[in-house]
Amino acid sequence: MLELILIALAKCVFLFLAFLLGGAAILSWVERKMSAVIQDRIGPNRANVLGLTVFGLFHPIADGIKMLFKEDFVPARADKVLFFFAPMLSFVPPLLAFMAIPFGPPIAGREWLLVSDSQMGLLFLLAVASIGIYGHTLAGWSSDNKFSLMGALRTSSQLFSYEVGLTLSLLGVFMVYGTILPQSIIAAQSELMWGWLPRWGIVTQPLAFILFMLSSIAETKRAPFDLPEADSELVAGYSTEYSSMRFAMFFLSEFVGILLVSAFGAVLFFGGWHVPGLSGDAWWIVALQVGAFLAKTGALVYLQMLVRWTVPRMRFDQVIGFGWKYLIPFGLLNLLVTAVVLAVWR
Amino acid sequence: MVAKVKNVGQPPLNLTESLYVTELVRGLLTTNRHFWRNWLRRKDTATLEYPDRKRPYSPRWRGLHRLMLREDGSPRCVACMMCSTHCPANCITIVAREHPDPAIEKVPASFEIDLLKCIFCGYCEEACPCDAIRVDSGVHAQPVYGRDEAIIDLADLLSRGSQSTSKQGGRSL
Ligand code: SF4
Ligand code: SF4
Repeated sequence: MLELILIALAKCVFLFLAFLLGGAAILSWVERKMSAVIQDRIGPNRANVLGLTVFGLFHPIADGIKMLFKEDFVPARADKVLFFFAPMLSFVPPLLAFMAIPFGPPIAGREWLLVSDSQMGLLFLLAVASIGIYGHTLAGWSSDNKFSLMGALRTSSQLFSYEVGLTLSLLGVFMVYGTILPQSIIAAQSELMWGWLPRWGIVTQPLAFILFMLSSIAETKRAPFDLPEADSELVAGYSTEYSSMRFAMFFLSEFVGILLVSAFGAVLFFGGWHVPGLSGDAWWIVALQVGAFLAKTGALVYLQMLVRWTVPRMRFDQVIGFGWKYLIPFGLLNLLVTAVVLAVWR
Repeated sequence: MVAKVKNVGQPPLNLTESLYVTELVRGLLTTNRHFWRNWLRRKDTATLEYPDRKRPYSPRWRGLHRLMLREDGSPRCVACMMCSTHCPANCITIVAREHPDPAIEKVPASFEIDLLKCIFCGYCEEACPCDAIRVDSGVHAQPVYGRDEAIIDLADLLSRGSQSTSKQGGRSL
């Protein structure tokens, strides 16, 4: 019993501290640097330790220190309790959802690289990740600010709409592989089709991948769907009244969200940690497979960032209309075709 | 009279453009290209990292004024007020006093130029009969915290000064 708890704790420390918080901090640097490079600028490169700048990698640390020392402002007529809990409610769920993501293969029959090997599988991820909506909505509601309230309204309507599209795009994948357990999905994807093509989700469900990417960008509230915090109309949307570490929580939850959907996409559509032609229990094979998982996640993060700095923001009615008129019908169509093909195939 | 209005319509989108998806992919390829061209070798980057590296000034750049010196290091200026009279911005304030040497009539007790009024036209330099004031130091005006700090005084003007080769009247030293 004690051993199990210790193992779970070790996994959590590795996952939450090393991967997620470090990853989110680095992503904030990646975002600023990438936007700069895309726009022919140089980007942050001034923060230094003893004259070393390391391409501006100290900026996230400087940001963190600055955030800690900022005034923690609470509006006079805010709902104090909800105002206090809202950032946590938006920060914790995306972290929790990572429990269902496998970072590597089982080693010697045990899931060392997957925090929770529960039977709920990826449904757990979907269920927990959508709790985060409440955090954003309550933040806007409790701040007693009309911009925040508008942001909260937009958050809730947009996120609930795209949740449907997201889930529909996943159903096709679940049907093809006949399971919701992440490790089984990855195992099923590592089979070869016609002897050379790995049966990755992107091959069997290409339309679902596009729908997944679109709705996951909307779920992480990033351009072209960044209406909940549209700076040019709503100051900063639901987080207008937040400062200091509470704001940092919203900020980090956005980047953890990006990591989450990218890792999720890598598991469902790119075979997770699977590298074609690699199998075995040697330590270097496992290391390569974990590296492959991180590389696939990174590639999807790159794609998301690229979209963020390419496409202009849509109007709000266009966002909702796109979700209901295109995303959901195409999701249903994909589901129908998958069902028919599977029925004929078997 | 009604103005003539010429309507310039938008060109209609062709099929691939109105599909949106193709244009989206084209946009992604553009940003992608810029990223890979710039991220290691900064091919298109126009940024100049200013305080570390400075853009070279044009040879016609004047910079701040300076007051030239005699061979003994005293100011060449004889407080004739020609420059302040001629200054189109009226920004030179000179208070004259007697020079200890009877051969030289006057010397400025104070010489102030308000840089916020000055237009750096160089007319003061043209007007000066004894090559005492020049607008050629090449020093950029520093930003200041208050308006009164933007007024430079005699000591500051002289600190940038150097000896002039032109001859000057009065008793030779
Ligand atoms: S440069 Fe022109 S404006 Fe400035 S002090 Fe000389 S004469 Fe006046
Ligand atoms: S700087 Fe030249 S013009 Fe001006 S007061 Fe002195 S001598 Fe006269």
